[in-house]
Formats: sequence, C-alpha cells, structure tokens
Amino acid sequence: MGVRKALTGNHAISYAVKLVRPEVIAAYPITPQTSIVEKLSEMVESGELDSTMIRVESEHSALAACYGAALAGARAFTATSSQGLLYMHEVVHWVSRARIPMVMAIVSRTINTPWNIWPDHSDFMDQRDAGWIMAYAMDNQEALDLTIQAFKIGEDPEVYLPVMVGIEGFILGHTTMPVEIPDEELVREWLGPRRQPYVVDGGSPIGVGGLTMPEETEDIFHGIQESMEAAKKVIERVDKEYGRLFGRSYGGLTQCYRCEDADYIAVAMGAWSGDLMEAVNTLRDQGYRVGVVRIRFYRPFPHEELWRYSGRAKGVIVFDRSISFGGWGPIFTDLVTGLAAYTDKLPALSNIVTGIAGVNITSEDFEKLVKRFVETVEKGGKPVFFEWFKKR
Amino acid sequence: MSQPRPKQPIPYNMRDAFLPGDAACSGCPIPMGWKTVHAALGGKVIYVIPACCSSVVVGTSPGHSLNATVVHVPFAAAASVASGIAEALEKRGITDVHVVAWAGDGGTADIGLATLSGAAERNNNMIYIMYDNEAYMNTGIQRSSSTPRGAWTTTTPVAGKAEQKKDVAKIMIAHNIPYVATASIAYPHDFYSKLQRAKSIKGFKFIHLHAPCPVGWRFEPQYTVKMARLAVETGLWVLYEYQNGKITLSGPSRPYMDPSKRKPIEEYIKMQGRFRNITQEILEEIRKSVELNWEWIRKFM
Repeated sequence: MGVRKALTGNHAISYAVKLVRPEVIAAYPITPQTSIVEKLSEMVESGELDSTMIRVESEHSALAACYGAALAGARAFTATSSQGLLYMHEVVHWVSRARIPMVMAIVSRTINTPWNIWPDHSDFMDQRDAGWIMAYAMDNQEALDLTIQAFKIGEDPEVYLPVMVGIEGFILGHTTMPVEIPDEELVREWLGPRRQPYVVDGGSPIGVGGLTMPEETEDIFHGIQESMEAAKKVIERVDKEYGRLFGRSYGGLTQCYRCEDADYIAVAMGAWSGDLMEAVNTLRDQGYRVGVVRIRFYRPFPHEELWRYSGRAKGVIVFDRSISFGGWGPIFTDLVTGLAAYTDKLPALSNIVTGIAGVNITSEDFEKLVKRFVETVEKGGKPVFFEWFKKR
Repeated sequence: MSQPRPKQPIPYNMRDAFLPGDAACSGCPIPMGWKTVHAALGGKVIYVIPACCSSVVVGTSPGHSLNATVVHVPFAAAASVASGIAEALEKRGITDVHVVAWAGDGGTADIGLATLSGAAERNNNMIYIMYDNEAYMNTGIQRSSSTPRGAWTTTTPVAGKAEQKKDVAKIMIAHNIPYVATASIAYPHDFYSKLQRAKSIKGFKFIHLHAPCPVGWRFEPQYTVKMARLAVETGLWVLYEYQNGKITLSGPSRPYMDPSKRKPIEEYIKMQGRFRNITQEILEEIRKSVELNWEWIRKFM
C-alpha cells in the first residue's frame, strides 16, 4: 500500500507534509531544519504539492503567517530549530491561546551562545509551557507518522491546539533510513476536511485575541489545561486508528520496551532511546531486568503511563537531554511530580543530564550508567539523585 | 473651514462602522479613520491589529466596537499574519474580503518594519494602513522613529526629540509595490478615494495616515481635525499617491506646492504643547526639511 524510500528525517517530514497537503506553508531557513523547507519548496515549484509557500523574512513571521492562514481556515505548517524557535516564541503562545490548530516541526539544535549546531532538547523544552501538544520521534519513520498524526490530533474538537513534532537535528534530520510513505489518498481521507473552533474569513464579524478581563483570560488558560487532559485519549485513539489503517502503532503517549516485567525502568525521549533500548538488551542478557519507557508526547505529560510502568519498579532512572538551570532535567521533574500524585512511597530515583549540545552518548554509556544505578539499588545503597554526566 | 464642501457625500452611513462602547480618548483620530475605511471597503474587512492604541480602542472582549472582524496580533506581526490570512483566503477562493493591516507608527516604523518590508517585497494582497500619531501613545507618549524633530515625549522629556521623523511612505516607495499613498484624517474624502483605489489593486498597498493625538501632542480634543488640516496647510504633511514611478499630488495639497500659499509652520507648532520648548534653530531645520520633502516630491511628478 505504501511506497518505501530511503529518506533523511527532515525529508520524511517533508513527505508527511506532502501527504497532508496543507494549504499554506511558511518557513525560514535555519540549520539543521533547512532541508525540510527546501524539499517542500521543490515539491511546490514542481507542482507535486499544491500548497502556497510564503517565503518569509524571519521565523517570527513564519509562525505569524501560519497563524493567519490557520485562522482563515487553512491547514498550515512550518518548521524551525533553536534560535529560530526562540525568535518565534511570542507567536508560539499566541497560536495556542487562540486555540488554532496547526503543525510545526522542530529539528532540535542546542541554544546559543556559544554557536553550536549539534542537537539536544533545550530548544524543544523551552516551549513546554506554551500550550502546544509536544511530540518527539525516535526514528525517521516515526517522524513521518507523527507529522501526519499531528494534524489529526490538533484538529480534534476535544483538543483544538497546535502540535509540534520534534526530531534531533543531524542524528535523524540528516541520516537516511528506509521509510514507508503511506498512500496519499488514504491519508487525506483519514484526515478529512479541516476542523477548527472558528474561522476568520470575513463572514460575520468576530474578534480574536482582544483585550480581556482577568476572569475571562483565566478561563482561556484553564480551557487549554482541560484540553491537554482530553488530548491524552485522542492521542491514543489516533495512534490506534493509524495503526489499523497504515500498519504502524506506537503505543500512544509513551512506548514501552521490555518494561512489563521490569524491576527497573529507564526513561528517555528522542533518537537516543534506540541506543538505550540496545543497552537494555545487553543488560537483559546479563540478567538485569530493565525496561525502557520512551516519552513520545511530552505535553500532555504521560504521568499515568509512567506510574503504570514504574509504580512497582524498584528504581527509575531518567535521561534528560536538556537542563532547567538551577533545577533538574525537565522530564525528571515532571516524572517525580507525577509519581508523587499516585504514591507517597517513591521508587529509587536518579536523573542523568547528558548529551548536552550534541555530546555523543552511546549505548555503552547508557549500559554503564543504568548498570551502576541498578547495582547501587540492589546493594541497598542510595543512587545519585542528580548527575550531569560529561564525557570529559 | 476654508475647505470647499465636497459635492457628493460619502455614500455610506458612517455610524454603521463604529458601534457604541469604544474605549477611545476624546478627540481620538482612530475611530475617524475606521469610519472612512469602513465607508470605502464595507463590512467585509478583516482588520489585523498589532499592539497599539487601536487594540484598546475596540474595547474589551468578547464584544468589540468595530463592525468588522478584528484579529489582534503580536506587535511585530501585523503584516505577516495578514499575509497568511490573505494567502489562505486566496487558496479558499474567497475574493470579496479585504485584509487590512492597521498599525500605529511603532508597529510600522519601528518594531514591525522588517515584517512590513517582507510582506511588501512578497507583494502579499493587503491594504496596510499606518495611522501615524507620531509617538508610542498606547504606553503613554514615548518617542518613536516617527516622532518629529523637537517634539516633547516622556522619553525625550527635556530637550525634545533630537532626530528627524522617519518617512515610511518613502521607504515603501522603494519597495516598488503597486500603490503607496499618504492621507490625513482631516480629509476623509481624499482618504476614501485612496482606499477605493487601493481596493481595486491586487497586491500590497500602503497608506500612511496622519492622525494627530490630542493627549500626546498636548492640544484640546476638539482640535484633532483642525490640527491634521494645519499639517497639510503648512505643507508639513503632503498628500499624494505613488503609482508606477510617479507621484500624483492629491487635491488638498495641490495649492501648497506654491510655498507662498502655505500657512506659517508656527501656526501648527504653537497649538501643540509638545513643541512648547522648541528652539528657533530646530524650527528652521523643520522648515528646511519641509522644503526638501517638496523638492523630492516634485522630482517624481
């Protein structure tokens, strides 16, 4: 039914966008995102993709133009990285508060200064309080699948929120893997016509984003929080539907890998989850009962799943590829808060912040760190609560 | 009052444009401008408004005092949001709706200039109206790049603004867009006909609307129109249209090509508290810049 192609992660996203055919695409180039917009430009100019491409003068304008297009009833898409995402940040909030669905790909790259084009999750995590649904892929196939699903999730009337889909720059962005491209007609049929809470198209006069009294503004914030809750079920449903139609299902907000019978859970997000799974395979061979819970959606945060998988575990080790300076890794912070909602007897916990600014973390590193954690707990010791694991 | 009465009234009830319950200061030029826009374009208008006085003047949500669709956008984003709306409407086959970016001098000449330039260069289909009250009035009268030389503001509180007024219409002419015009809230018929012209052209249209602010300029609210008219009569503000490499002087400004017909600049300056401390030297410089502007206009005629 689908066609298999060798694609980089960036091009996998471009192909997903082609299948969805948003009416409007606006983007500004930035390394390592650029090849997404280049590919889309090529598709639009060759007539392969019937979308309007707005070639804007900045990221702030890229998202603003997409916001305008989405308000006016169009499916809209943009992509960015790092500084570009930071430059957009004001509009990031604006789109979610207006409850306007659209999709943005984030090809992660660390934040300046100093100049550095390698990836970590600091740009993505910087958006966590903006009211967007936040998904992160593990490989190029998932990058394509998530991008398609993002339109379906965001436009669900129970959600009506914008969605961002992250991949690590270069690691996925510029690495080629075989990717199955689903049937175009089937994708469009599944997505159906664009849905949004209201449309700005010159029909009866409406006001969007005007001056509002505190109580009404609070209602808008609260509405986003409620929709985030509702989105959890929608995400699971969309994942199942997608699996039925296109043959790939990932497990909703998280993906559990050998975690059903695990005594220890390792948590991670993004491409290196694959390396972590490899490490876990090795550890399993050595008799360590370890599993991986991979975060697929960081917002809404999958605290129920994490409780389900790690509630009865002896220990949970969390790998964060970003840092909330002065605090801990953001995934860890959320995970501990989530567990505390279910129990007053927490398992042994450890947070490893590592791989910052693109520092290469291998499955051997994961193996070493997880093994040390498991052995410490097994011996009745207290594992390190927080560690910044540096390679030098 | 010396203005001849137009033969034809504007064929529209301006009361339809602006609903009761706005939050404008008395004498505010913004509702005056909107009434004319509404008269020329009708109700099928999507206003895209960045942070500025207008975002307050429309009143509080969920209602608003403009009888049209209003989209409030981030400060630097008016022209880019309008680009997105315009492209989406086109893609959806909606052709009878006008997208109007309506922004103050801060959102246009300063924080929004790159966005404005980008949308103009792409020739996105919209009418961009910069209503120029010559300072950041919404935050309480701070200088903008469009504040004239010598004017008091809260950020030029002692000596007045040291720099010249940025001429955004000239910047827009350099973009080779299909239509650039200057207008004044004192001449609604002229503004109306410019909007009519803009409406008939596809692509990016820019109108620079002079809009005196009684609060910021320090004059009595009943003189807003008089002040706007004096700016034209002294030759300080020139009404023209630019199309295809040529400037056409608009009716109200035609007599003032001849410097002897112009009223003395002092007449305009003296009525405004913001120029209270202006020196003779700066006055001379303003006079000189008026001459230079006319010279520049003549070259394009």
